[in-house]
Amino acid sequence: MARIIVITSGKGGVGKTTTSAALAMGLAQRGKRTVVIDFDVGLRNLDLIMGCERRVVYDFINVINQEANLNQALIRDKRCDHLYVLPASQTRDKDALTKEGVGRVLEELAQSYDFIVCDSPAGIEHGATMAMYYADDAIVVTNPEVSSVRDSDRMLGILSSRSRRAENSDEPVREFLLLTRYNAERVEIGEMLSVEDVQEILSLNLLGVIPESKAVLNASNSGIPVILDRESDAGQAYGDVVSRYLGEEVPHRFIHTEKKGFLSRIFRG
Amino acid sequence: MGLLDYFRSSQAKNSAGVAKERLQILVAHDRAVRGRPSYLPQLQQEILEVIRKYVDVDLDAVSVNYEQEDEREVLELNIVIPDAPHASHAP
Ligand SMILES: Nc1ncnc2c1ncn2[C@@H]1O[C@H](COP(=O)(O)OP(=O)(O)OP(=O)(O)O)[C@@H](O)[C@H]1O
Ligand SMILES: [Mg+2]
Repeated sequence: MARIIVITSGKGGVGKTTTSAALAMGLAQRGKRTVVIDFDVGLRNLDLIMGCERRVVYDFINVINQEANLNQALIRDKRCDHLYVLPASQTRDKDALTKEGVGRVLEELAQSYDFIVCDSPAGIEHGATMAMYYADDAIVVTNPEVSSVRDSDRMLGILSSRSRRAENSDEPVREFLLLTRYNAERVEIGEMLSVEDVQEILSLNLLGVIPESKAVLNASNSGIPVILDRESDAGQAYGDVVSRYLGEEVPHRFIHTEKKGFLSRIFRG
Repeated sequence: MGLLDYFRSSQAKNSAGVAKERLQILVAHDRAVRGRPSYLPQLQQEILEVIRKYVDVDLDAVSVNYEQEDEREVLELNIVIPDAPHASHAP
């Protein structure tokens, strides 16, 4: 039976798709059968971040509407055998995502995968609520910034009242905080909310802190999930996130400025 | 000049603190609203209508406040009635 993970935020552009791609790749690299689904109907871009945009034939909506079966729509990652991508439709409107349809597809996927990663669209409307409805775990992607933290809190409210687990009074969705685009230098001089500040407000289990990093744009330029860039700070931070998600105890990095890190960065050029 | 620089830098230093304070207020308010039963606006409207049958009050004379305490929920009604007894629509 698969575990369904939603990558959600409320606010747009905080790093959900970057995180979905990294997490899915990281899980698959550890031998977990993983599928990552793009719920951002109309604005699909997970396939771009995964670098498989030219191999899209059918999409999630085709499968929901039974115009194609899962095997036709799933794209197998060329770098990792255990990883599949289910792209979003670029043309349909969001209402094509029905609760029954999404449920049916997830149930079928759950038979043959260990993890189903759902990349949520921004907002708290239909697409986002469909992405979180069936979740077992929620990773709330947050930037250290007022509107993002506020939206994360609203998303938590929705998870605890309108998810399937909430409706069925099952064990609640496990919620994790992932703080991204973190700039330790700015935190140090009081220009940015610190991880402790955000924790104090949201009181969530901290899955990790992803630093603001040039590696993310470089990776997306080439269609490579940033977790594969093992030299990069963001790539390593996502690696730690995957370990922590799987239950390993890994100390948090990239939270404080380090003199050593600073020097080595200069030497690396 | 030196003072201005100092002022600028301490402004910058404080901006995360300001953000945190604003967030704490915002989030507390959001959570309070979220916990409210959805029937509150209609309840408020109907109570107002009933009151206006008897007393000539303003449209915003009734306020309903809902609070969740540990053991119970408290519904607080506040009705402002004008001092002068001009309630009766006397001819
Ligand atoms: N850690 C990071 N460092 C630097 N840039 C980042 C980081 N994470 C994300 N970005 C950049 O932020 C932008 C938005 O990222 P992404 O598409 O992952 O966000 P999203 O939450 O999926 O957005 P949307 O809400 O539109 O779906 C991208 O340009 C991405 O390159
Ligand atoms: Mg996205």
